[in-house]
Amino acid sequence: MQTPLESLIDQVRAAHAAGTPLRLQGGDSKSFWVCAQAERTLDIRPYQGVVDYEPSELVLTVRAGTPLSEVEALLEAQGQMLAFEPPHYGPHATLGGTIACGLSGPRRAAAGSARDFVLGVRLIDGLGRDLSFGGQVIKNVAGFDLSRLMAGAFGSLGVITEVSLKVLPKPPFELTLEWVLQEAAALERMNQWGGQPLPVSATSFHNGRLRARLSGAEVAVRAAQARLGGEVVADGAAWWNALREQSAACFQTDKPLWRLAVKSSAPPLGLSGAVLTEWGGALRWVATDHAASQVQKAARDAGGHALLLRGGHPAAPRFGGLDPILAQIHRRLKHAFDPKGIFNPGLPGNF
Amino acid sequence: MTAPLSQAEIASALSRWLPPGSVLTDPEDVRPFETDGLSAYRQLPYVVALPRTEAEVQAVLRYCHEAHIPVVARGSGTGLSGGALPHKDGVLLSLSRFMRILEIDPLARVARVQPGVRNLAISEAVAPYGLYYAPDPSSQIACSIGGNVAENSGGVHCLKYGLTVHNLVKVRAVTMAGEVVELGCDALDAAGYDFMALITGSEGLLAVVTEVTVKLLPKPQTAKAILAAFDDVTRAGNAVANIIAAGIIPAGLEMMDGPATRAAEAFVHADYPLSAEAVLICESDGTPEEVADEMARMQAILQSSGAIEIRYSQDEAQRLKFWAGRKAAFPAVGRLSPDYYCIDGTIPRRSLGSVLKRIYEMGREYGLEVANVFHAGDGNLHPLILFDAAKPGEFERTEAFAGQILELCVEVGGTITGEHGVGVEKINQMCVQFTPDELSMFHAVKAAFDPEGLLNPGKAVPTLHRCAEMGRMHVHHNALSHPELPRF
Repeated sequence: MQTPLESLIDQVRAAHAAGTPLRLQGGDSKSFWVCAQAERTLDIRPYQGVVDYEPSELVLTVRAGTPLSEVEALLEAQGQMLAFEPPHYGPHATLGGTIACGLSGPRRAAAGSARDFVLGVRLIDGLGRDLSFGGQVIKNVAGFDLSRLMAGAFGSLGVITEVSLKVLPKPPFELTLEWVLQEAAALERMNQWGGQPLPVSATSFHNGRLRARLSGAEVAVRAAQARLGGEVVADGAAWWNALREQSAACFQTDKPLWRLAVKSSAPPLGLSGAVLTEWGGALRWVATDHAASQVQKAARDAGGHALLLRGGHPAAPRFGGLDPILAQIHRRLKHAFDPKGIFNPGLPGNF
Repeated sequence: MTAPLSQAEIASALSRWLPPGSVLTDPEDVRPFETDGLSAYRQLPYVVALPRTEAEVQAVLRYCHEAHIPVVARGSGTGLSGGALPHKDGVLLSLSRFMRILEIDPLARVARVQPGVRNLAISEAVAPYGLYYAPDPSSQIACSIGGNVAENSGGVHCLKYGLTVHNLVKVRAVTMAGEVVELGCDALDAAGYDFMALITGSEGLLAVVTEVTVKLLPKPQTAKAILAAFDDVTRAGNAVANIIAAGIIPAGLEMMDGPATRAAEAFVHADYPLSAEAVLICESDGTPEEVADEMARMQAILQSSGAIEIRYSQDEAQRLKFWAGRKAAFPAVGRLSPDYYCIDGTIPRRSLGSVLKRIYEMGREYGLEVANVFHAGDGNLHPLILFDAAKPGEFERTEAFAGQILELCVEVGGTITGEHGVGVEKINQMCVQFTPDELSMFHAVKAAFDPEGLLNPGKAVPTLHRCAEMGRMHVHHNALSHPELPRF
């Protein structure tokens, strides 16, 4: 009887031998956003379960097909969390898909990204080889850091089969505060907070309202509240969850929804259709009919890049172009992991 | 294969691009570059180049690329794994003239600096803004930020504040072919693959870093420390686990075993309890409220975990005194013995007690003393083996012992290097930690950046041939019998 892992390896080997492209799929929760064009699907979900979790080590190792909600419930029971607050985009998200897409939520600016918490991965490369990089310890510099490279590679370099993550204790107390402010002043305030010893764990600016979540020991949060002022938001937790899942009303738009990662202190971008700003100013959501090139230029001018999350013309490039030298290294790297190009063709972009 | 170029030919070619005094070949001039912080390995460089600008770095690399000359980049030369050991037929590219802090942006909390800038100099320069650069390797007064990027350096505050890889925004680098690339961007993520993760800790094998933008953090308002003594290392290890399990992430969590404690005490007189078999230093930083809360909780846990003595830093002077012994642990051990050998394995914390016991047993078998300092928060163990290089066979015995400790780290689920890098020192243990398929993937990744394999060849990743030749059972003999064989 074949194990689920052996079955995955066999499917990859067969695809490699035949040169058949595969669409890697976990819970299929993010296909509205990124979806490779391939007739055959490699379903990762059969390979699920916790490999190892020792709360006092702050390290969790799980199989990629494990539902994200299951991982979170396991951590919650021990008072711990995935500090990068990944979005789910539905009930079926898997941990492997979460890491492959490299998505992080409201706590990202304060705590770090999905990639920052990756300690190790086990993966199947394009030849069907079972490989492990990184490990289950917090400090590890043996070999190139190929495990963090998998975060945000959208499955184009290999099938992630197991992931080891650093986890953190959940803060014992949280509080959300609000101020009424203009955008430029709100951006400045968020950046100033970042340079001060404050327990700010998330920020947002939307519709003239600046919000900040404070997290930590209650005495520390109360002391910061006294210093910062503002009004307490009653349903703070619901607001941050609505941002994390992009389910807040402001995201419900018929226009193409763009995610612009920019320098946190960049002034207002001047694009019409601004939806919301988070991550201390470093992430700006815009719903707009502007041409893709115009949105991407605005992001580049602000020190970053733009991704189309939803909507827009199907042919519009979702990811901005890369400098030709970097694009060449991307192609060579892809070739090193997946010489026949069988994994998720077209992702993470055309280079 | 064409005949190798002479020193004079290379020097004269490079002198076309570099100003006078920037190309060295005289043995007396190149001798300062023959070793890095791991002085057991020495090799005179063939030619040393000291560029001042990125354009000059490009020129050197383009020339070496065309002429097929190996290049080894070097920062301050404080590395502990021989990563900057020169190549006997190659150009040693020193970045020591890249000393400028180019830009400090206090609002965005970033600093753009040249790679030769010292780690501590960044924190000093941004201190007026209430900011600092968090990773603090013990060599921070001397080590360069470029070297930190190459090694993914750690320090004593990694558990809370992360490694170098977590504290960088972007880098500019020059490929072996002489092309400038910008990796990362001013945002929190960049388009395409995460090249920042790849370049950080790549030990100079992928590209030469010419500019680094680091993330700056607000300086904690206050920091306090607890010194706790235990009569048993396992109990001390359990105390560490209990602190973390209680939801506390201390700013620093360091352990020293009895021999390390006594050596440190004899050296700096930090009032360490001499009867202790293990000493923990637990540091809390943040706002006064956070620190008071965390200190009280840590105290209760340390007490219930069986500490035989607990002391608090009453003021900054006493906090620094607690740390003085830990920070001086290496030189303190150095006073006890003509030589010592520092190891850098990482283990899951739960294995600490059993690993230390095995290390003591092995020490008795080898007839060598060992003192242990431990970044307990992140499982990074630094056993220091005491030996005398003047005694025939003792260095070889030490290396064998060291190799066995590293294999033990891998056996319990850890790694052969937590923060010092593989370099030349641990290249054979890479054969233990990784399979041939995994090693071949490392080679393929290197080739994506440097197809000709000219940047820092022979370091960090062993050839499959070498692993096969060493044999997986015998790789712990660090000393190579045929150093002339190519290893990449």
